Amino acid sequence: MAFIDKHAILEKSPTLLLVASLLVVTVGGIVEIAPLFWLENTIEEVEGVRPYSPLELTGRDIYVREGCYVCHSQMIRPMRDEVERYGHYSLAAESMYDHPFQWGSKRTGPDVARVGGRYSDAWHVDHLSDPQSVVPESIMPKYAFLKETPIKPTHTQALMKTHRFVGVPYTDEQIEAAETDFRVQADPDADYDGMLERYPGAAVSNFDGQPGVSEMDALIAYLQVLGTMVDFSTFTPDASR
Amino acid sequence: MSKGKKDDVTGQSTTGHSWDGIEELNTPLPRWWLWTLYLCIFWGILYTIAYPAWPMVSGATKGVLGWSTRANVAADIKDHEGKNADLVTALLATDMDALPADPDLNRYATARGGAVFRANCSQCHGSGAAGAKGYPNLLDDDWLWGGEMADIEYTVRHGIRNDQDGDARYSQMPAFGEMLNRAEIAAVVEHVVSLSNAEYDAELAATGATLFADNCAACHGETGLGDRAQGAPNLADAIWLYGGDRATLTDTVTNARFGVMPAWGPRLTEADVRAVSAYVHGLGGGE
Repeated sequence: MAFIDKHAILEKSPTLLLVASLLVVTVGGIVEIAPLFWLENTIEEVEGVRPYSPLELTGRDIYVREGCYVCHSQMIRPMRDEVERYGHYSLAAESMYDHPFQWGSKRTGPDVARVGGRYSDAWHVDHLSDPQSVVPESIMPKYAFLKETPIKPTHTQALMKTHRFVGVPYTDEQIEAAETDFRVQADPDADYDGMLERYPGAAVSNFDGQPGVSEMDALIAYLQVLGTMVDFSTFTPDASR
Repeated sequence: MSKGKKDDVTGQSTTGHSWDGIEELNTPLPRWWLWTLYLCIFWGILYTIAYPAWPMVSGATKGVLGWSTRANVAADIKDHEGKNADLVTALLATDMDALPADPDLNRYATARGGAVFRANCSQCHGSGAAGAKGYPNLLDDDWLWGGEMADIEYTVRHGIRNDQDGDARYSQMPAFGEMLNRAEIAAVVEHVVSLSNAEYDAELAATGATLFADNCAACHGETGLGDRAQGAPNLADAIWLYGGDRATLTDTVTNARFGVMPAWGPRLTEADVRAVSAYVHGLGGGE
């Protein structure tokens, strides 16, 4: 026990104790922090995942604002029951442009990671306005006010720049066209070809069924893209990860 | 350190620290506790060798046991499919029209279809399949696009009026608010009300009948019995998707309706599409 008894030397010299403490904390720090610098390497490369369109991104902000994540997760775990109910288990790449990610940790309602395209826009309007009108047993609150709240793309460019700052690869062209893209995605009569070129696979629709862009439009645009970016008929995930 | 200095009362050695004459006992940790700690550390090291653990530059160490969540779920699904393999093969091979005549297979298809329905369809059509306003009741025999097994299977696979599937069932009622004036719409509505024998204004309905023949009969039929080939509802059966009162009918005629159902072919497996079709067919209204 002779070596262990030497701690008395450390304990009796404050300077030495400080230096030794720093060394110990450094080891812990390196083990926890260093892998974060290589995080990019660990995300499986998946085709199809793109940054959110301006309208989707705005809808995502509403999703976060209303605290949807408190009851709905966006993380299909790799288990048979989940895969059979919700679809293919979630991949890290599918939330790589989410800042912050919306995986959630509690399900009072179902997982929404692959809700995109699963229901019609009209259903989402009905369901968000009055969930019990279509799912009588639901305990979800009503969000009818979203339809009555018009929304303008005033902060969209700033929002996209912020996302670019934290690593989302928005191009200058995308940020330049943000306000137009925001409007045309909710207007099937507008010229939305440019928007679709910038954001392939985005759903163009008058989501809320009324003129103009409301928060309902933005939120449904976001919900309708969830989990639809990766084409699992052509992509097979690496089985050993 | 004052090795060997003992406390008089307890006989335990002291640390040698002394505060105002009070000395600190150097009681060793209980042996059982210490060994538990050592065992935990040892177990932890073994664990990180056996299972994926240490983060490296391009991923974590794999672990000597080769354990993988993804491989596990794949094996789990395969195992489950294996247990039902005979039934699934039979379901995929069967002629859907002949399914109700095969009780064993039909029982499996209906049970499987019920699970598929509750997970995917109940949000619109209701957990009991009774529908909601705008989402058809699947328990009755009033079918918009046909209630035979093949019709139901087609609807499930391709959906209705969606952008996802080019083969989706499609039809669009014009918004007559742009073609008829309010008085004319009121007359047409009165005629539609008269079709299902409710109380109505005979004079107004007679005016509406002419307008109906000119504008609506092409799809809904001269007698308003509908046309399943284009999903035009039967207007004479008092079964309403959006409502049969005058206000709702006026809204329907003025703005038209455009009910969308997603295509489930790309989302469900072939066996699931067949199973849920069998389930819906067996709910009571199947033809």
